[in-house]
Amino acid sequence: MTAATVERPAPSGLAAGAGYRVTPWRVLRSEWTKLRSLRSTLFSLLAAIVFVVALGCLISWARVQHWDQESPLERLRFDPTGVSLSGVFLAQLAIGVLGVLTFSGEYGTGMIRATLTAVPHRLPVLWAKAVVFAAVTFVLMTISSFTAFLLGQGVLSSRHIDTTLGHPGVLTAVLGGGLYLTVVGLLGVGLGALIRSTAGGIATLFGILLVLPLIVHFLPSNWSDNIDPYLPSSAGQAILSVVHDPTSMAPWNGFALFCGYAAVALAGAAVALRRRDA
Amino acid sequence: MIEVAGLTKRYGEKLAVTDLSFTVRPGLVTGFLGPNGSGKSTTMRMIVDLDTPSSGTVRINGQRYRDFRAPLCEVGALLEARSVHSGRSAHNHLLALAQTHGIGRRRVDEVVELVGLAAVARKRAGGFSLGMGQRLGIAAALLGDPGTLIFDEPVNGLDPEGIRWIRTLLKDLAAQGRTVLVSSHLMSEMALTAEHLVVIGQGRLIADQSVADFVAAASGNTVHVRSPRATELRDLLLSTDVTVRADGPDVLEVSGLSSDRIGIAAAGAGIPLYELTPRQASLEEAFMTLTRDTVEYHGGTPSSPPGDPTTTAGRSGAELVGTAGAVVGGPGARA
Ligand SMILES: Nc1ncnc2c1ncn2[C@@H]1O[C@H](COP(=O)(O)OP(=O)(O)OP(=O)(O)O)[C@@H](O)[C@H]1O
Ligand SMILES: [Mg+2]
Repeated sequence: MTAATVERPAPSGLAAGAGYRVTPWRVLRSEWTKLRSLRSTLFSLLAAIVFVVALGCLISWARVQHWDQESPLERLRFDPTGVSLSGVFLAQLAIGVLGVLTFSGEYGTGMIRATLTAVPHRLPVLWAKAVVFAAVTFVLMTISSFTAFLLGQGVLSSRHIDTTLGHPGVLTAVLGGGLYLTVVGLLGVGLGALIRSTAGGIATLFGILLVLPLIVHFLPSNWSDNIDPYLPSSAGQAILSVVHDPTSMAPWNGFALFCGYAAVALAGAAVALRRRDA
Repeated sequence: MIEVAGLTKRYGEKLAVTDLSFTVRPGLVTGFLGPNGSGKSTTMRMIVDLDTPSSGTVRINGQRYRDFRAPLCEVGALLEARSVHSGRSAHNHLLALAQTHGIGRRRVDEVVELVGLAAVARKRAGGFSLGMGQRLGIAAALLGDPGTLIFDEPVNGLDPEGIRWIRTLLKDLAAQGRTVLVSSHLMSEMALTAEHLVVIGQGRLIADQSVADFVAAASGNTVHVRSPRATELRDLLLSTDVTVRADGPDVLEVSGLSSDRIGIAAAGAGIPLYELTPRQASLEEAFMTLTRDTVEYHGGTPSSPPGDPTTTAGRSGAELVGTAGAVVGGPGARA
């Protein structure tokens, strides 16, 4: 444990010789290491998977049990895809928190200072975090969404009230489960970088997704009808429904708008990251 | 080589650093001293571009930090506040930093070994003691084998063995031709490690000189004199650039005159002397003298009345009995 082991031919020689330098690809690898080396990542993702799959099966099972008591109107409105994907609404909590934590966790612990001294250009860190997070979430949540759908339809088939991926809009909705959750997470990444605090980031994210629609419903109805479809939550969730509500946006249009909101949050994060002291 | 030029940092109304300029040269350990809140950590954060200066520039080997293609291989920084995610292991923390530069796992293991954390490298950093956290920060600073190192209070939390280790490490790094800037509160520590000092107070430069010059300049040549005719002697010695302080009925502390000159002056006037001792102030005293007027956060002593803001620790003792010309203190006080 002495300094004698620090070997160095000439100061500053190492950087030039070995090709050590910061590249976007290397920052991506670093962010992957960071993501996979935290227990909170593991727990959040595991929780999200369980929520999507288990809740979908549970609700499907409940509907099967009560099918005989349901009114004709309820039966008419029954959306087997939506029922099997209902866990997405719970999973968004876990994914949203994980998204916020990617930055707020670093600000909270001081890690951000180490990160930004390694990558003083800063923006590669934001893009790398967003890409790694989006890739991991999309893969896992898409798999979960399909699993929930298939298992859910299996449960519903006992009453012959199931559907298949071949029906119009169903494939989009099942894919939408993974897509919606990924973008919720990205919105969280952007808000976490902007707000820096975990509590503040989570409160803002779910304020936007869960509380804002409730408040809008208290507005005069001709206002709320015009505002509600364009709220981040309504726009983003349009892709999840097969039975289409004429007041809401079309699935892909809504999803594009939701992506736009996330992009605004990430752009704000980029500006803040460049401008503000770490 | 670190060149700081006209650096100013404003946080809202508060000026943390004001027009600070100094140069840190390679090959020796430069100590960065100043009382609490004087702007050391702020300056260090600006050196690595974490905080943007309100005005002024920092150049490291002629370049701005953000222009380095491999910053970790140019500058290693141990910052004041812990910069580690508490949920990640030491190994993964260093690995993630290394990967941004394409530095391999072997180097990660090397620095872990070097700082003595091999046994706990796979444990969560959140469970580390203060000293272990400090060692992890040092490992991160050394990761890219940089030519410039800045350490913000590295001995903070280290045990005596760790302090000795740091001391050797800093000296070795400097001896290898690297630029080493170390901030500390412990003057005694600096006396053992640093050869050069940059001293700041309330964000302004107070001194930028070698340790030897610093001690000499800050204290002047104090000479302890004991004489039965002290008052008479005081009047005799007082002149421009000479300060005389009475430490008792027959004791004088003279600065600005050598013991030889005092002896000759006393003999000329026929004043008997019982004692005539040149005193070299310690680095600690030199620092206290120099920064006395810039200390923002004073601690009271237990015996002082509660809530008395004017009480300052370590300022008791003799009052000035007579001053002519410059008051003791300030780099230019020595004639
Ligand atoms: N992020 C910040 N926001 C507002 N004020 C700040 C910030 N960082 C530092 N300051 C203020 O700037 C001044 C200098 O602080 P700094 O931490 O640089 O001092 P220091 O010399 O490192 O002190 P210490 O010896 O206690 O570590 C202090 O008055 C502090 O309150
Ligand atoms: Mg400090």
